[in-house]
Amino acid sequence: MADFLQSGLGIALTIAAQGLLIIMFVMISLLFLVYGDRKVWAAVQMRRGPNVVGAFGLLQSVADALKYVVKEIVVPAGVDRPVFFLAPMLSFVLAVLAWAVIPFNSTWVLAEINVAILFVFAVSSLEVYGVIMGGWASNSKYPFLGSLRSAAQMISYEVSLGLIIIGVIISTGSMNFGAIVAAQDGDYGIFNWYWLPHLPMVVLFLVSALAETNRPPFDLPEAESELVAGFMVEYSSTPYLLFMAGEYIAIFLMCALMSLLFFGGWLSPIPGLPDGALWMVAKMAFFFFIFAMVKAIVPRYRYDQLMRIGWKVFLPLSLGWVVLVAFLAKFEILGGFWARWAIGG
Amino acid sequence: MTVADYAFYAFALVAVAAGLLVVVARNPVHSVLWLILAFLSSAGLFVLLGAEFVAMLLIIVYVGAVAVLFLFVVMMLDIDFAALKAEMAKYVPLAALVGIVILMQLALAYGAWEQAEGALGLRQAVTPDLNEIHNTRALGLLLYDRYIFLFQTGGLILLVAMIGAIVLTLRHREGIKRQNVLAQMYRDPAKAMELKDIKPGQGL
Amino acid sequence: MISADISIVLPEIALAIFAFGALMFGVYTGKDRTAPLLIWLTAGFMVALAFWLGVGATGNREAFGGMFVNDAFARFAKVMILLSAAAVLVMGQDYMQRRDMLRFEFPVLVSLSVIGMMIMVSAGDLMALYMGLELQSLALYVLASIRRDHAKSTEAGLKYFMLGALSSGLLLYGASLTYGFAGTTVFSGIITTLQAGDMSLGLLFGLVFLLTGLAFKVSAVPFHMWTPDVYEGAPTPVTAVFATAPKIAAMALLARLAHDAFGPAVGDWTQILAVLAVLSMFLGSIAAIGQRDIKRLMAYSSIAHMGYALVGLAAGTAGGVQAMLVYMAIYVTMNVGAFAFILAMERDGRPVTDIRSLNMYSRHEPLKALALLVLMFSLAGVPPTVGFFGKLYVLRAAVEADMTWLAIAGVIASVIGAYYYLRIVYFMYFGEEGETLDRRMPPVQWGLLMASAAVMIVGVVNLFGIDPLAAVAAQTLVR
Repeated sequence: MADFLQSGLGIALTIAAQGLLIIMFVMISLLFLVYGDRKVWAAVQMRRGPNVVGAFGLLQSVADALKYVVKEIVVPAGVDRPVFFLAPMLSFVLAVLAWAVIPFNSTWVLAEINVAILFVFAVSSLEVYGVIMGGWASNSKYPFLGSLRSAAQMISYEVSLGLIIIGVIISTGSMNFGAIVAAQDGDYGIFNWYWLPHLPMVVLFLVSALAETNRPPFDLPEAESELVAGFMVEYSSTPYLLFMAGEYIAIFLMCALMSLLFFGGWLSPIPGLPDGALWMVAKMAFFFFIFAMVKAIVPRYRYDQLMRIGWKVFLPLSLGWVVLVAFLAKFEILGGFWARWAIGG
Repeated sequence: MTVADYAFYAFALVAVAAGLLVVVARNPVHSVLWLILAFLSSAGLFVLLGAEFVAMLLIIVYVGAVAVLFLFVVMMLDIDFAALKAEMAKYVPLAALVGIVILMQLALAYGAWEQAEGALGLRQAVTPDLNEIHNTRALGLLLYDRYIFLFQTGGLILLVAMIGAIVLTLRHREGIKRQNVLAQMYRDPAKAMELKDIKPGQGL
Repeated sequence: MISADISIVLPEIALAIFAFGALMFGVYTGKDRTAPLLIWLTAGFMVALAFWLGVGATGNREAFGGMFVNDAFARFAKVMILLSAAAVLVMGQDYMQRRDMLRFEFPVLVSLSVIGMMIMVSAGDLMALYMGLELQSLALYVLASIRRDHAKSTEAGLKYFMLGALSSGLLLYGASLTYGFAGTTVFSGIITTLQAGDMSLGLLFGLVFLLTGLAFKVSAVPFHMWTPDVYEGAPTPVTAVFATAPKIAAMALLARLAHDAFGPAVGDWTQILAVLAVLSMFLGSIAAIGQRDIKRLMAYSSIAHMGYALVGLAAGTAGGVQAMLVYMAIYVTMNVGAFAFILAMERDGRPVTDIRSLNMYSRHEPLKALALLVLMFSLAGVPPTVGFFGKLYVLRAAVEADMTWLAIAGVIASVIGAYYYLRIVYFMYFGEEGETLDRRMPPVQWGLLMASAAVMIVGVVNLFGIDPLAAVAAQTLVR
């Protein structure tokens, strides 16, 4: 057995199995995320939310997914068929792909690569293609408008997202998630994490993540009141499900990034308690809860306001922060508070 | 052949095929999509070369930003590319002639290609020892240390591009309504609106 | 190491910081209203820099591992570039202001372009060469279409951009072939490789492509086709910029590349340059004959003049480089004067570029007509003027390098070319009476026109002593 695992085929199978495991985890959490999202939303609005299928409505998402899959796929006339079907697949596959480099523990990661954070960033920058291709291939006006909006929005916020990440990279001196989390390890638990030195950027990252994933209050591509449902208007059945799933997975990925970059990943907040993957999952769930609350509470932004915040507020702020952090780290202000490579890590 | 070899041929073939399809695709949007595929395959080739940082940058910058703008422009343009191509067809014989001449000359050059004796050494002298430092760090050292002058000049070029884009497109239109964002944000709700408590069935 | 390097590129850095400051000042204060002030400030700063470079620095210094060379040759070229750019800047202000096309970005873009030119003449590395070239050209592309509502101006910008990008591509291709052979992009490295072995076929290809790319930039025939359209379409002050500083920079770069990087292969590149020179001289002279638009005429004139400057370079000797530098200095002075006049050519406040509008100009404006006469004689190379000595220098350099045939070709071309310069003079003195041009001429343009005409006469004495300076400059380049 041990010999087999060392052989070429064995390694390939191991990787495949691990990959499958990650996908399973992501898909199952997806089901409950959608459920949780709706429950939170309902609770804020003093409704009961899904409560019929299964105990407390827990199986509602499963029922919904089944319904989507078995429904007929409606293909409108005049669509560009290859692109039309490629778009949702791309959107879904890319969302799942990024999980390959997300670690849940110091050893639990599918692909341990040096530029992991860049990989995530690259993959999430590709997600715009799902939107843009879907909108264009639908050969219809609302989807096209929606896709243009959303592409502009995603590109705009990608810039500040990238700059925020650079601040963290400067502090760590590495682009590997393991190193980033290790750099946040220390004697003071929660106060060693990057949220403290990078405090302003945590807020910016949260907001940019919302905008990047087209979540409310920045869900302008969908904007059901003006564009019906944006780039997804013409989609139905499984392709729609793929878009939907891709979106939620991307949101969950942002939660994972939040906890890895600023909140110590699998590290325990209280010194003395053991670190572990459970912390990671708990943090992700917590951030998803915040995302859900934001969706329920904050009203939708106007498009020009969105662009203004992105380019005129977030970009200068994050750019200035990169410069500032570079100096703070270079001169090891406060004994390496911003320069974690200097104090080991 | 190892896995890396297979991967190389796969990426290389896809890159070449996609590049070809960029040119022959009838629909310009498809052309751009093929171009993106070509970019992605070349990013794969970079990974195989061990330059994963460059590969990621290629994806983030070219695929994630530049190609999206291409796609924007192409989707918005209403140009009959078939007509353009027909126009171009008139010049194909001449272009083919020039192309063939250059190709033959290049074949001549590469047939007799040899590099100077010390060339390999000179080429490697610039690069830091990759056994000692990671290639991303090596890139940083080259870019920000050895080639800082070129890097800064590149910055100036980008500044010129930015100024140019603004000079050529920004228009200050007179006599139109503009938003004053700050005034909007600092507006006091208490002064701007009045809440009325309306009893059911009475109206204002 | 880094502070020593920075002290060597200090003039460039100073100009860059000045450009940033000017940009910020323009954006945050009066926008286009600040343009006249910025133009004068920029010109003043450039003159100060030229002074600093001309008087202050001495010796041969390299920075950034040989990427940037500050020697007498570079300084000579930089002083010329800075002075001509300053002159052209102040000259165009009135023209642009009255046509409501004066943007505060104009001086900023010119100074950024000048930084590019300064990097070009100081380049000691193929990469630095390319970066400088791109910085210079990119700013000029924008300047060409700065009158964006004007179809011809945008057309000029686009044409310039397309062909400029093509030439950059050729240049890069040549650079990559050279790098492939030599294994280095530093000029000193290339020259050592060349000295060690003989010229390989690949390197020859690299050289040809590099020269082709640069020939585009100096608009030498057969890579000249963009010049007339761009000169005609761009606003006249911008045309004046095109005709002066970039030409010096590109020519100096050509000289540096030829001597500093490919010095041992002198036999190979002199052939190419000689062919370019002969073609440029003849085409520039012959094609200008049919032109009635004075800006197109100046375009062909500049093509022909580049041909003469290339003759100097084609000689492949220190004397040739010296002659080329002197020739470029004279050419720039003549062009500043000529464009000062062209800028003021207008009828009822609207610019006129038809040469027939000069009919009987001498009767109304004898002094200006006389100045233009001197300039045209000088451009044509008629003996008592400085222009004649410029031609004499380059032709003598060719003869001394045993290229008598090239010198003879130059003489024939200059006789042909004299026709169209003299035709302008003919129109001014013996043409038919017709509608006249406005008499108005802003003092700056008048001053530059008169000064440049005066230089063409007074300079005959000893060329203001630039000859020994050029000799020193050429000596540092050709070792």
